Amino acid sequence: MTGTLPIRLAGASKTFRRGAQTTEALTPIDIEIAPGEFFAVVGPSGCGKSTLLRMIAGLIPATSGTITVGAGTVTKPVTEVGIVFQSPVLLDWRTVLGNVLAQLELRGLDATSYEPQARRLLDAVGLKGFEDRYPFELSGGMRQRVAIVRALIHNPPVLLMDEPFGALDALTREQLRLDLEALWLAKPKTVVFITHSIDEAVLLADRVAVMSPRPGSIERLLTIDLPRPRGIAARQLPAFTKVVEEVTNLFLERGVLQATGKLSLG
Amino acid sequence: MSWIRRIAQPLGLVLAVLAVWELAVRLFEVPNYLLPAPTAILADLSRRWPRILGGAWITGLEILGGFALAVAISLPLATGIAFNAWMARVVYPLIVAFQVVPKIAIAPIFVIWFGIGWISKLTLVFLLCFFPMLVNNVAGFRGINAEIMDFARSTGANAWRLFWRIRLPSALPSIFTGLRIGAVNAVTGAVVAEFIASDKGLGYLLLEYNGNLLASAVFATVFVLSAIGLAIYYAVEGIERLAIPWHTAQRRNESVGEQT
Repeated sequence: MTGTLPIRLAGASKTFRRGAQTTEALTPIDIEIAPGEFFAVVGPSGCGKSTLLRMIAGLIPATSGTITVGAGTVTKPVTEVGIVFQSPVLLDWRTVLGNVLAQLELRGLDATSYEPQARRLLDAVGLKGFEDRYPFELSGGMRQRVAIVRALIHNPPVLLMDEPFGALDALTREQLRLDLEALWLAKPKTVVFITHSIDEAVLLADRVAVMSPRPGSIERLLTIDLPRPRGIAARQLPAFTKVVEEVTNLFLERGVLQATGKLSLG
Repeated sequence: MSWIRRIAQPLGLVLAVLAVWELAVRLFEVPNYLLPAPTAILADLSRRWPRILGGAWITGLEILGGFALAVAISLPLATGIAFNAWMARVVYPLIVAFQVVPKIAIAPIFVIWFGIGWISKLTLVFLLCFFPMLVNNVAGFRGINAEIMDFARSTGANAWRLFWRIRLPSALPSIFTGLRIGAVNAVTGAVVAEFIASDKGLGYLLLEYNGNLLASAVFATVFVLSAIGLAIYYAVEGIERLAIPWHTAQRRNESVGEQT
């Protein structure tokens, strides 16, 4: 698998039904993501951003509208993707290398021919020497790196990431963000990156979609004009501060954020 | 060497209990037909060894046969129940309902149906092993992490590959839990079946010795039975350690206790 693919959502919405009760998770959404674009979605918890990603992946059907990845309309799980979830969801019964190669075995590809590449990628994310360890022997950050390598090993044209760094400590998070940008620059692919961190979205993405609280809709689309590689220095750029402020203000207006803490005891 | 230290302390405790037992029986002159001393039991065991060994052979085969039968039937059946909506809706509730029938209560009927030979013994052992195995197998298949399945579906893998590479390995810890419970139940099943009607086996010997007030022979037989039970239990655990080292190691790491 090579090249990149465009992603298009046309009036895609999602309503969950439980018995007679219906919950509107996403209002009809229109997005066009260009091939090779790094597209981030930022929003408060429960705004339906994970639902959006799962719809794009074909893991759950849209209630209305259409979603296309490349030329094909999404009706079943999309296979031209690598997916990273908030938790690593590794296979406990396989080693680090075995987990990465599972991606290929499940696709019916010749796993052994990918082994050198798997070792190279594991080395690139700092897991050299851990190839034969089992997931329970690794820290949370290391497991998530394995999950990222697993999502990249087959060089998919589309990378879907659902709060991939959400469960990690700040330092590991920053490092993985830098690693991800480097990997993406080396092997361009269309990325949909879900996060609740404004900083992370702005630092990584070409465009950031800011979502409203439930029912989720795209409140604003921001183009991030920061030079690449953004690396660690981008945080100091005025353009970065400006965009982060814009998003923060939007959240303040919507009541997602409150400027002063309101919690008091007694 | 650590395993020596691991078994040394429990073994020491067992020896201490046996010593206290021996001492108490001698000191208070407890009659042999009430509670025989360990040395008396040992002497009895060696005297009756050929007969007890013969019985152990019979009972051991009943245990293994019924256990193997339960594994062979519960695994495919659980697979069907886990992945077929009709079986989950219609067959599984029936099996669960049948589970509450006390198997031992209907065991005498097996003698009427199948006679006092092998079949009635295997049937009871099978039934006592089958339900905990089936329930744990089904739970294992159903309890798979939803996001692991999301990942697996995104690879486009077919049902066959999903089963062998994802669903089955992920169900193994639960399957082994069922096997361990089954191993314990199998011994009970074989002895009870022999109590009900038999002309050989350790359960038959137990009834005979008990009827003749040969307490030390009864104890000797019980020890051999327990040894068979322990051997089967640890055999299952050994296989588990080989089959799913990632799980057993994790269990040790987190020092989580037995979940049977």
